[in-house]
Amino acid sequence: MRQKLWSWLWVVLGALYFVVPLYATADFSLRAQKGVLSLRAYENVFKDPKFAESFLFSLQMAVLTILVSLILIVPTAYWVQLRLPKLRRVMEFLTLFPFVVPAVVLAFGLIRIYSRPQLGGLLPPLLNTPALLVASYMVLALPYVYRATDTGLRAIDVHTLTEAAQSLGAGWATILFRVIFPNLRVALLSGAFLTFATVMGEFTLASLLVKPAFGPYMQLLASSKVYEPSAIAVISFSLTWACIGIIQLVGRRSPGQAQLAATK
Amino acid sequence: MAFLELTHIRKEFGGANKAVAVRDFNLQVQKGEFVSFLGTSGCGKTTTLRMIAGFETPTQGTITINGKDVTSVPPNKRNVGMVFQSYALFPHMSVSDNIAFGLKIARQSSSDMKQRVSEMLQLIGLEQMGSRYPHQLSGGQQQRVALARAIAIRPQVLLLDEPLSALDAKIRVSLREEIRGIQKRLNITTIYVTHDLEEALSLSDRVVVMNAGNIEQVGTPFEIYNFPATPFVASFVGTLNQLKATVRDAHTIVFEGQTLQVAEPIAQKPGEVVDIAIRPEMILLTHTGQGNALKARVTEITFLGAVVRVQLKAGQTVFDLDVFNNPNLKLPEVGSEATVSFAPEAVRVMGGVVSS
Repeated sequence: MRQKLWSWLWVVLGALYFVVPLYATADFSLRAQKGVLSLRAYENVFKDPKFAESFLFSLQMAVLTILVSLILIVPTAYWVQLRLPKLRRVMEFLTLFPFVVPAVVLAFGLIRIYSRPQLGGLLPPLLNTPALLVASYMVLALPYVYRATDTGLRAIDVHTLTEAAQSLGAGWATILFRVIFPNLRVALLSGAFLTFATVMGEFTLASLLVKPAFGPYMQLLASSKVYEPSAIAVISFSLTWACIGIIQLVGRRSPGQAQLAATK
Repeated sequence: MAFLELTHIRKEFGGANKAVAVRDFNLQVQKGEFVSFLGTSGCGKTTTLRMIAGFETPTQGTITINGKDVTSVPPNKRNVGMVFQSYALFPHMSVSDNIAFGLKIARQSSSDMKQRVSEMLQLIGLEQMGSRYPHQLSGGQQQRVALARAIAIRPQVLLLDEPLSALDAKIRVSLREEIRGIQKRLNITTIYVTHDLEEALSLSDRVVVMNAGNIEQVGTPFEIYNFPATPFVASFVGTLNQLKATVRDAHTIVFEGQTLQVAEPIAQKPGEVVDIAIRPEMILLTHTGQGNALKARVTEITFLGAVVRVQLKAGQTVFDLDVFNNPNLKLPEVGSEATVSFAPEAVRVMGGVVSS
């Protein structure tokens, strides 16, 4: 009984540590008008054309990052699992790099290399294009997408499913899109939403590469307004939570997942 | 000309310290024939099957199907159906979609596809289960779906890689009869890999017994069981007494100082030590005065249900004798001397000269 009390105490303390600042932020964001609780701060945020602009820009970047990452990483992880299992440790090590190399270093490296014309003048400097931002976000997203994919691939019998599909006449594209991708749905979604949340709030790269993204906008707002930054923090939190909620929901509904869990 | 032909197939794995998985494998399979590859794990049976499927490429040799050399044709262009031990159904597709997978790739019209799928569901007796997902089926049902999926594409050759190993004993027997029934009805040329003797003997037109990458013997189940060609086959096909004896002349051998008659002429020279095999059920507890008589001491008696196994010792050699159990059976005492008998036809002298 006593032990139980102690465990509850720790749970409550832990929960308070996370909940109190959130509650305070939410409460503060509702106090833009003196004496009453109102959504004034939220109205101000939504009214600002820069909000929509930067939000949409970051949204585009996130979607592009997710798409290109999936197209690049899923076939790679699949091939490593199927034919080059010895490379798996190397790949896992590589995916840790974005955690080791600070975003600032990455940004300066990119600026140094891509501020010049590329391929002997064939391409303009990539620095001014959103492509560079997508590419650098892909580096940031690598650990999430690669590890999510790898976990998903380990949960299914990649070898036998591939061979079964081959014996039924399927080529590599068919195997990837009709057999592998659908069975990785949950894993890929979780990787995608983590990437989404990361990109939507990313500040360092967007700021140093001077892009009109949501992260720098939030920072700008925070340094010039009082109640609005709290409102935007709440919005940002809700977005991330929504993402996690969707992962949970899709994971539970998807057919065949029960078997995946059972065969594991 | 044979429908499926494997000629001088050799398969090596690894680079510097390579391992030979299959050596000089030659086999001709007729259209509609059911051939089993039988052997312990690591004998090369699955590797050979995978070479027919196209998942492995032979280091040497050729594979032809229906007169066409397919040795270097990729697996998805061979039109070979494959059933795996682990079923390998696509978990995200319903039973019907699984069966239709190969047909979709072959770009069949949706009406043809529907008809073929319902034909297949009927064939495996799962008409009501088309919309279920693999995880909602039992193991036996899943394997039937896998069989239907492989057959749906009308493959030239059907390959089964230990398809019953993951199932429990009762379902194994009923499903293997079902597999044989379907194979006969559709007259599909079939290769079946198994380590289970009973499965191979009960299903096959011919059995290929493999050991350490080599073919030990190819023959009908009757031949394999009754006339094992090598000591390995003899030991593999059930409990068999394998004894050593010395050749005296073309029809006589000496075993533990006692002379025995052999029906078939012996190829080896007098004085050579040979392996002989005698089935336990061929030896009688009584001596009728005909055939070979052998004096031995009873060392152990074991009840095995329908059969009683008597262990005997002649000189330094231990061997078994099986008698059918019945209430009136009179068994000798353990430790007593007994004279057992068997026909000269029951003694089988193995082909190879024994080295030890």
